Amino acid sequence: MRRAVLLLSAAFAGLLLGLGVNSSATAQDAFGVHGTLENQQDEPVAGVSITVADAAGTEIATVQSAEDGTWAVPLDAGGDYLVTLDESTLPDGLVVRNGKPELEVTISSDRTVLFPLDTQVVGGTDPGGDEPSTSGEESGETGGESTADPEAAENGENLGEIEDEGGATRAASLLVSGLHFGLMIALAAVGLSMVFGTTGLTNFAHGDLVTFGGVMALLFNLTFGLPVWVAAIAAVLLGAAFGWVQDWGLWSRLFKRGTGLVSMMIISIGVALLIRFATLFFFGGERKRYDEYVGQQPWDFGWLVIAPKEVVTGLIALGVCIAVGLALVYTRLGKATRAVADNPSLAASTGINVTQVVRLVWTIGGGLAAMSGVFLSISDGVKFDMGQHLLLMVFAAVVLGGLGTAFGAFVGAMLIGVFVQMSTLVIAPELKYVGALAVLIIIMLTRPQGILGRRERIG
Amino acid sequence: MDWQFVFSQALTQAIGPTMLVYALGAIGLNLQFGYTGLLNFGQAAFAAVGAYGLALSVAAFGLPFWLGIIIGLGAAVILALLMGIPTLRLRADYLAIVTIAAAEIVRRLFRATVWAEHTGGSDGMREFSDPFFELNPFPPDATWTLGFISMDSGRLIVDFGLFDLQYSNRDLWVMAVGWALIAIFLGILGLLVHSPWGRVLKGIREDEEAVRSLGKNVFAYKMQALVIGGLIGAVAGFVFALARANVQPDAFSTDFTFYFYIVLILGGAARLFGPVLGAALFWFLYNIFAQGLSEAINSGLISTDIINQTQVGPLVFFLLGLGMVLLLIFRPQGILGNRRELMLDVR
Repeated sequence: MRRAVLLLSAAFAGLLLGLGVNSSATAQDAFGVHGTLENQQDEPVAGVSITVADAAGTEIATVQSAEDGTWAVPLDAGGDYLVTLDESTLPDGLVVRNGKPELEVTISSDRTVLFPLDTQVVGGTDPGGDEPSTSGEESGETGGESTADPEAAENGENLGEIEDEGGATRAASLLVSGLHFGLMIALAAVGLSMVFGTTGLTNFAHGDLVTFGGVMALLFNLTFGLPVWVAAIAAVLLGAAFGWVQDWGLWSRLFKRGTGLVSMMIISIGVALLIRFATLFFFGGERKRYDEYVGQQPWDFGWLVIAPKEVVTGLIALGVCIAVGLALVYTRLGKATRAVADNPSLAASTGINVTQVVRLVWTIGGGLAAMSGVFLSISDGVKFDMGQHLLLMVFAAVVLGGLGTAFGAFVGAMLIGVFVQMSTLVIAPELKYVGALAVLIIIMLTRPQGILGRRERIG
Repeated sequence: MDWQFVFSQALTQAIGPTMLVYALGAIGLNLQFGYTGLLNFGQAAFAAVGAYGLALSVAAFGLPFWLGIIIGLGAAVILALLMGIPTLRLRADYLAIVTIAAAEIVRRLFRATVWAEHTGGSDGMREFSDPFFELNPFPPDATWTLGFISMDSGRLIVDFGLFDLQYSNRDLWVMAVGWALIAIFLGILGLLVHSPWGRVLKGIREDEEAVRSLGKNVFAYKMQALVIGGLIGAVAGFVFALARANVQPDAFSTDFTFYFYIVLILGGAARLFGPVLGAALFWFLYNIFAQGLSEAINSGLISTDIINQTQVGPLVFFLLGLGMVLLLIFRPQGILGNRRELMLDVR
């Protein structure tokens, strides 16, 4: 047992050692202001001027946000400063949502200053509210990329012409991005739900399998210089291998020892911390991007503007989900998996090798989670805690669909994905995950077994 | 490299203000998880509503300090009811998922820019701790020496030769209050868990159906445990906020809850003094690793090519995660615990 755990951690550390990327975050005790500009889709906004002036109004520095939306101004001493965002340098249609592009801040350390960006002013100084919103729904969608690519910026301007359909196009583009997000959740959720179905374990480390996929693809892409599609395939294979190794080295042995499920759940939290901080250690805390598909020229259908990468990754994810579903229904192994999920002891007594089925579920679950991580990072970049944040959405999806059912997980994921994105029509984008989590709690109150779950499961 | 400094720092921290926060949070968790078997993964949310309840009342709305404390405690009760009503009738892992979700909702709400003029958004709030420190009986300018204990303009130095402990007068006040609270809660909890009420809780942990068949209202007992544990969590939030004199939403992330679990399991779940011992050891280990590593890097003992200063934090937390996994596999009962106490099963 001890050997197995050591092997597992050693194998894992070895995998990450190859990364060789060091964190270059600034020291904590230095004075300064910094921040990251993101639009309402959480995509970075580059090339925006930010000016820092001291209390007397003397300008200290003007910086532009970098490709990944970050900006920073080091300062010599603490005190009161005025941080101004030049709204004219924002991509088309974006404004500071609370109508406060000028902030007075007191600096006593390195401090974060955030400007919430959106296509409309909420509860701020703009009583009309509609005017800025009509021109830039779609450029908001692609805002992070438009300044990186001059052609895309022009595209953004063209979009200003379809003013009348503002609300409808915004809804359409949110629906599509919601479906895409839902598919990404589904890839991760199927694995989580099947692991739960076959073993009863709620795996809190599943989100970090997602991060693992994104980080591995980054390793192959940036460090080894492979094209993104090759790196993606390699990452999915490694993710599957990681799932296999986890079950082989840790979980199957714990089951054999008869460790309680609650202990295993807490062990999974330990594993999650382990993976997350190992990633942070080797990889640093910043968001990193692949070297391809970053500033991609979007397709413009008039009613919808979408980057080709979103379409491709969405279709692949959909295809994979359908393939997994068909395999579960029609293949021998799929039937065996469902049998184990229904009743492990009964399945074992009919001659199904439960250990093998569980191993398979972990492998496929790991691969799918890695795929989800790669696809998410193609859109948003890789960050060490991306999986942790996705995990809560995955939980919401799995509970909504019914814990332990693969099809329920898919349905739940699509609903949550669409709900999260569409809810930004009504609520502030930074609160969109809150809405999804609130839905999770409401489901618990009304239909705890979920949409496709059976009542007995909640016992 | 200065081993004495590293060791002194770690020991100073091991009974210092931050350790008290972990100890108090874990004491609340001990009642919920250790004695009742409730998988509350949202203890950070209880600390957050406590801390923010106090900070918002005092700093944003100008209410008196004691009213802020009452509002913080009230918020924790409401949060416990909100979390408990949908999930306490369900199986343990549902409670785990909902509490972790609720904790994230709470953190994101406090972080939101929508009402940042009150909550300060991701920067959090300050200027609510003055009424607390005005009550500080430790003078900031006392200077005296008594054997190996000395007071240097408000700074207490206890010199044991090999190592020394140093606390500012603010630390001393936080510690006096914090340790008093720990003593009070341990006393109350000790009486509670050895009462008939406490035996019902342990019965629920072992076999809910059996307790229900004896005619006990399991839901009510679980809810009471959740509320009381949550109240202690809110008190941990008060101490956390007051010791740092600020509140920040990201300090109350899910990781904060996980550290409470490490503390609880390290010390021994379902043991009265487990959380206190666990917190002292956890915070001592954290500090000796973190301080030791950064001292070693500063003094050139470890080359910056291998690890640099910003990697020390992740490395230490990586080791803590590894330690948690190994501990649960090889010694799930922790230091003080009884091995049978953690053999829970949800299926």
